[in-house]
Amino acid sequence: MTKLSMTVNGKPVSGNVEGRTLLVDFLRQDLHLTGTHVGCDTSQCGACTVHVNGVAVKSCTMLAAEADGADVATIEGQANADGSLNVIQQAFQDHHGLQCGFCTPGMVMATADLLKNNPTPNEADVRHHLDGNICRCTGYHNIVKAVLAASGQDVDAVAAE
Amino acid sequence: MYDFSFVKPGTVADAVTALASEDAQALGGGQTLIPTMKQRLASPAKLVSLTGIADMQGVSQSGGVLSIGGATTHAAVSAQAGGFAGLAALAGGIGDPAVRNRGTIGGSLANNDPAACYPSAALATGATIVTNTREIAADDFFQGLFETALDEGEIITAVHMPIPEASNYQKFEQPASRFALVGVFVAKYASGVRVAVTGASEGGVFRWSEAEAALGANFSPDAVSGLSVAPGDMIEDLHGSKAYRAHLVKVMTSRAVAAAG
Repeated sequence: MTKLSMTVNGKPVSGNVEGRTLLVDFLRQDLHLTGTHVGCDTSQCGACTVHVNGVAVKSCTMLAAEADGADVATIEGQANADGSLNVIQQAFQDHHGLQCGFCTPGMVMATADLLKNNPTPNEADVRHHLDGNICRCTGYHNIVKAVLAASGQDVDAVAAE
Repeated sequence: MYDFSFVKPGTVADAVTALASEDAQALGGGQTLIPTMKQRLASPAKLVSLTGIADMQGVSQSGGVLSIGGATTHAAVSAQAGGFAGLAALAGGIGDPAVRNRGTIGGSLANNDPAACYPSAALATGATIVTNTREIAADDFFQGLFETALDEGEIITAVHMPIPEASNYQKFEQPASRFALVGVFVAKYASGVRVAVTGASEGGVFRWSEAEAALGANFSPDAVSGLSVAPGDMIEDLHGSKAYRAHLVKVMTSRAVAAAG
């Protein structure tokens, strides 16, 4: 077993894990932060996307032990301090950027990663950045709209495909 | 995934020591190794993470050569290799953003997946692969599918790439995996043109010498139009036949030359 400690959504946490424990399993099973989803478990779908030291990673393809000492952010820490949805989450709701919602935690975390580095992405930027996040419901169009809206841009300019 | 012990040394020397034990395996970003272990296709007794070694991080440029630490992520190369635009673009197109934030150049080269992007850049630039014990020329490094010149426990600490006058990488993606169905890196130097092809061959990454000669005489997309690649050594699977891949090699080479200018 490996002893580890990290900061998750601003709070210090610690635990004992096997070498093989994945970061997503530590988050879900040890910390009970089940908002981070496991979709494919093969690093294709992006439902497990979290931020480690400020960048998006697939937590199903990172060992928990690799995150020892890291600053981790998950979907549970994304809402505003008063509990209301943050700008990205609200945009996904406003623009119907989800149906079943399974991919949404990963989509929101990937979007936050994009907007941090590129505050006003164009449609192509958004689609390229969400390359590793799979949604089987929406056909992506409303997700792209939601991301553009979250960046404060006019979504009416996005033509229907 | 079978269990294993995990260590994360802070120096190359400590990593080499840790790798000396039986069934120890180096771990870069884990974007290939962890999925492989989940499928129980690999089951090392010990993983030695290389991501905590500061000396193996970062990109620097000196005297026309780009030096990249072995544990540098694709995202970092994409952001920091501005002096070698063709390489920065290649790194920014590997996998997806989250994969690029973990995957490393050393891990990619050491794994030598026949459909990986980086081997084509290393071979096309005539890179020098620096390990904890020696320097290996790219022409000697790649030895077939998942085979390299690395010895057991040897670590890629850095990669040195001579920066070309002009370069470009064109990848025809396999739409599900997003690995290269065929990828071609073209690099033009004062001494000549080098063309390296990934994704296509059963022998892994290779140089297309006929195209190199033709492009050396006339660096234009039309220069390869009269050439053809023998389909015999190409990979054949449900995504494409040998002839399809052989044809793509020429198309991607032509596009890379056009984009390189």
